[in-house]
Amino acid sequence: MIAFLRQVFAYPFMVRALVVGGIVALCAALLGVTLVLKRYSMIGDGLSHVGFGTLSIAMALQMVFPAFANIHSPLLLSLPIVVVAAVLLLRLSANSSIKGDAAIAIVSSSALAIGIIAASLTAGMNIDVMNFLFGSILSITGTDVVLSCLVAVLVLGLYIVFFNKIFAITFDENFAKATGTNAGTYNTLLAVLTALVIVVGMRIMGAMLISCLIIFPAITSMRIFKSFKAVVVCSAGVSLFCFFTGMLLSFGIPTLPSGATIVVVNLAVFLVFSAMGLLLRHRAKP
Amino acid sequence: MPLITCQNLTMAYDKRIAVQNVSFVVNPGDYLFVIGENGAGKSTLMKGILGLMKPVSGHIEYNGIAQKQIGYLPQQTMVQKDFPASVQEVVLSGCLNSTGLLPFYTAGNKAQAAAALAKLGIASLQKRCYRDLSGGQQQRVLLARALCATSKLLVLDEPVAGLDPIATTEMYSIIQQLNQSGITVLMISHDIHSAVTYGNKILQLSGHEVFFGSTAQYLQTQPGHRMMEGHPL
Repeated sequence: MIAFLRQVFAYPFMVRALVVGGIVALCAALLGVTLVLKRYSMIGDGLSHVGFGTLSIAMALQMVFPAFANIHSPLLLSLPIVVVAAVLLLRLSANSSIKGDAAIAIVSSSALAIGIIAASLTAGMNIDVMNFLFGSILSITGTDVVLSCLVAVLVLGLYIVFFNKIFAITFDENFAKATGTNAGTYNTLLAVLTALVIVVGMRIMGAMLISCLIIFPAITSMRIFKSFKAVVVCSAGVSLFCFFTGMLLSFGIPTLPSGATIVVVNLAVFLVFSAMGLLLRHRAKP
Repeated sequence: MPLITCQNLTMAYDKRIAVQNVSFVVNPGDYLFVIGENGAGKSTLMKGILGLMKPVSGHIEYNGIAQKQIGYLPQQTMVQKDFPASVQEVVLSGCLNSTGLLPFYTAGNKAQAAAALAKLGIASLQKRCYRDLSGGQQQRVLLARALCATSKLLVLDEPVAGLDPIATTEMYSIIQQLNQSGITVLMISHDIHSAVTYGNKILQLSGHEVFFGSTAQYLQTQPGHRMMEGHPL
């Protein structure tokens, strides 16, 4: 086992992927608890598709206009757009005539379509596009590592400082507003942080699979735990465990794609927790 | 000096007027029932008082109480039905209006939460999970949270909706005790008979103000007669 781990850490790209992925898994799990409970699960999915669209456009621009090739990482272009999309999606689901899930589906499929057209018109559906869609640990650069560390500090810091407020706006937004908590600000903050995590994370997980990191750990923890704090802590643990297990599995068995393996590990842990939850409930009843 | 004075208040949803030209006062110690049919504007009026919606015209004056120091008991939402939260966490969140930017709860907050639970006879539920409780117990937990937010005024939005008859009677008796201990109560309700039994004042709405005054006066008026006959005992 130790020899295996030593082998893993001998590859710089694996170290980068583990650092960036671990951070993304942790942050996504924390934000995911709130998003799932507020019935915003699909925002993660919608944003990742917007992320894919912007990455494809950034790549197309680099091909058509050589001037854009100087942009160090296409992430820098997609980051601000996805953040804006996050705020818009939140507003849209809160107060428009098109209701939440439908609004997200419209934005999500449109962004995906535009991204595919942009890619097809320039480079064709090449390996880069596949990487955006399904993730690739080889594409993680030094910029991604720095970016993910910044995101981690931001998300963890704000989550701890505003933990009680986040609980209040998740459990009962109207009560929180009535007693002077500025729910709108905290909602926007959550949306922006989610956007950051998704943009950084979709390089590893792929646009199609990143929402797994947001939704699975929270749902899994809720099978067993009964307080908000316990669910948050357990989600963080479950998410990290599933991420590292999935990564090591896909390293050990090279034919396994990393992103998809992480999702399947998450599914397995979810099933185990569900069975345990059923058992516990069965036992609680005499 | 009234706690709350509303003058010629008009509230609207997306430019559609929900309730207009309402004037009333809430005095310390009052037990005011706001009654009316569905769509009469009761909830909209309450949102105005709580600051969740801005009035189109008219104004609301607060005396000796800040808007955010009103203890609000909302109706239960879908989100809460399967929410993993301990009773302690829910009740403590009522203290947030006094913690400011402090990232954690103080020992004082925790004592206040424990006292609120004890006052409502549910101290034993403190460690339980909110979603595992019965409807009546959940309602008491939310009332305890409201008590953490206020020492003066409770605003209750149909607090007995969906409760069984026993839990309903218990809820009314708890609220009556709270009122007798000096807390002002403003309750939104459909139940005219409870309004007459427990309340000292009644505000009846129907898109506009139909009646405002004491319960005794209400029983003498046309709308009072009609409402009482519409729902025979």
